Amino acid sequence: MTLLRRGGAPPSGPEPSGPGSRPPVGADQERLERRQTRFNHFDLKVSPYLFISPFFLLFAVFGLFPLLYTVWVSLHDWTLLGGNQGFVGIANYVKLVQDGKFWNALYNTLGIFAIATVPQLLLALLLADTLSRRIRAANFWRMGLLLPYLTSVAAVAIVFSQLFGTQFGLINYGLGFFGIDPVNWKGGTYTSWAAIAVMVDWRWTGYNALIYLAAMQAVPKDLYEAASIDGASRMRQFWQITIPMLRPTIIFTVIISTIGQMQLFTEPVIFNGGGMSGGTSGQSQTVMMLIFEEAFRFNNYGYGSAIAWTLFVLIVLFGLVNTLLSSRIKGAQ
Amino acid sequence: MRTYKRRYWQAAVAAAGAGVLLTTTACGGGSNDDGTITLVIDTFGVFGYEELFEKYEADNPNITIEERNLTDLNATYVPQLQQNIAAGDGAGDIVAIEEGILQQYYLGQGDAFVDLAEYGAADQEQNYLPWKWELGKDPDGRLLGLGTDIGGMSMCYNVDLFEDAGLPTDRDEVGASWETWDDFIKVGQEFRDADTGASFVSTVTPYFNTMNAQGGTHTFFDPDNNLVADSNPVVTDSWKLAETLSEEGLSANLAMWSDEWNAGIQGNVFATLPCPAWMLGHVESTAGDAGRDKWDIASVPGEGGNWGGSWLSVTTQSEHPEEAAKLAIFLSSPEGQLGAWNAANNLPSSPEVLDDPAVSEFERDYFNNAPVGQIYGETAKELEPVYYGINNAQVAEEFRKAMEAMEQGQLSPDEAWGQANDGAKRAAGE
Repeated sequence: MTLLRRGGAPPSGPEPSGPGSRPPVGADQERLERRQTRFNHFDLKVSPYLFISPFFLLFAVFGLFPLLYTVWVSLHDWTLLGGNQGFVGIANYVKLVQDGKFWNALYNTLGIFAIATVPQLLLALLLADTLSRRIRAANFWRMGLLLPYLTSVAAVAIVFSQLFGTQFGLINYGLGFFGIDPVNWKGGTYTSWAAIAVMVDWRWTGYNALIYLAAMQAVPKDLYEAASIDGASRMRQFWQITIPMLRPTIIFTVIISTIGQMQLFTEPVIFNGGGMSGGTSGQSQTVMMLIFEEAFRFNNYGYGSAIAWTLFVLIVLFGLVNTLLSSRIKGAQ
Repeated sequence: MRTYKRRYWQAAVAAAGAGVLLTTTACGGGSNDDGTITLVIDTFGVFGYEELFEKYEADNPNITIEERNLTDLNATYVPQLQQNIAAGDGAGDIVAIEEGILQQYYLGQGDAFVDLAEYGAADQEQNYLPWKWELGKDPDGRLLGLGTDIGGMSMCYNVDLFEDAGLPTDRDEVGASWETWDDFIKVGQEFRDADTGASFVSTVTPYFNTMNAQGGTHTFFDPDNNLVADSNPVVTDSWKLAETLSEEGLSANLAMWSDEWNAGIQGNVFATLPCPAWMLGHVESTAGDAGRDKWDIASVPGEGGNWGGSWLSVTTQSEHPEEAAKLAIFLSSPEGQLGAWNAANNLPSSPEVLDDPAVSEFERDYFNNAPVGQIYGETAKELEPVYYGINNAQVAEEFRKAMEAMEQGQLSPDEAWGQANDGAKRAAGE
């Protein structure tokens, strides 16, 4: 047992390892060693896959299968209670294109995406830049950033929908001091978007800021030193060193935010008191809420699935568009 | 050579672990390790069952009861129940079915519920008003639900606000001042002109619902389950009432069941509220001690009517249908109905309990000692059932949204009517 084979187990302890472990001899030993080699080979090739397999098994059952099954369902007239009512081809998709409620929901989703994500990521960048400077109690502030992320979405949404109440909301109360009449936050399209965007940003700005902060730590300090010596202002350093160096991170956060925002659900649902209809006339109904409403309230499973798949395709498309846009940031050479 | 044996073993553990993760376990009601049974009951609003549960648990030491309560029937309770039933898992052992969703469940999805006649409920008929008993059956005559309460109507009004506005505050005088809904609007105008700072109504929806329920045999759907919301005079008249209340500026525009609406009950922000018997419990628990004697109860404009009232059903998902049925029978028995009456003034559907002095002579302390037993009991026995139709809850929700958009000024009355009917068609699957 003095041979150390590639991939084999390291010799265990000093040789020989004591009484009782008498090495086999001759043909027996050769056969055993061959078998061990085969096994080690097998072990090396297969073990990694075995170790990651739980995720993929679960994903196949709870992710991939529903995903594909949804395609199948979307091609049928399918009610939640009665089951499959027959194949209808692309009729559900034709209906979707002509459905005002779908376009309204998409408009809302994109609108909230725009007014939530853009300020959110910019703010996160600025916060991260501030926190990456030498300040007192840096860890305290960094931890503080993550606190909103630790609170549950539902709790945040409940508190914020109280704040945004029309008659007894704290925000309208505050606006009253400036002589502004109470705003019906839930009633208007843009006001409800704004309220929801605030909730989303409250939760996610700190999270993104921490990601940026982590990336900023990896930017070599000598770049800044060199820039300082050359007389570049802090602002200039931020735009010409920090941003280009953060390019991959920015692309990452943009993609993640796109995916998350396109599926926006909990905040607007709780903002509207648990209903799926997004206010009195669907002012803040997102596509996810429409899927839920169609499938689970109107029992229209087939149509709900068609919307779900369309949303999936849209997310991929928007993800690509946003990646293209954000990759126009000039990278570091 | 021990090494690779251990690795085999590790691989096996990893694979087994994945298998365990894939196996999901059912939760909810079920048997516990110590041999006791947990029964889950899904309710909405205020059922007033806490003391009855305690009594039942004391009498049946092997039973533990867990109540899962949601406030808003149409917006949250129904969708959740619907998913749980469709998924075949997650619903309580006992679920409360409200009048407005009765047909959706008993006609549309009767096989989700057990036939209670098979579990000893067949001989309970004399405990219920005849129509209440009949409505609990599916078209094949299976007994799916046992009646609990009925929703006799009255109008709650805020005594202080009426006094501020110089209106009569005695409940008989108040009732006499609004014989019809037109009278009601006139009183509302007087109230508005007195400029108390409060509104006459919280939101127009409950008034629409009340008048809608007074209209006779059916509302949004005819008895053949065709959507007739845009032509049934009951619906159009009720809409007209809602429109007038909104146009006259009588509404506080607080969406019903919202936090703001509840805050409005606490803050004396509106002066009237249609009060089916079960609403008293909501007012009392929302307004709390500060609201004691602030609210009184008068008769409702128009002809009585019934709004709400429920049945208890045992789901086929239940692992203990027998025990659940026993509990449902207990809760809907005269004893149970009396308990619910004492706790929440949910008007009994049992003729025996309606005549019980504990009901007929009962005065509710919280509401200025209003003789609620007499107010509700009078009309209770003459109530006739209304056919609501399978998709009633969804259509009612569309109307509610449209009315809120109208009163908040987002839509003109005509646009709101259009949105309500478009939404209704969609909700009804047309």
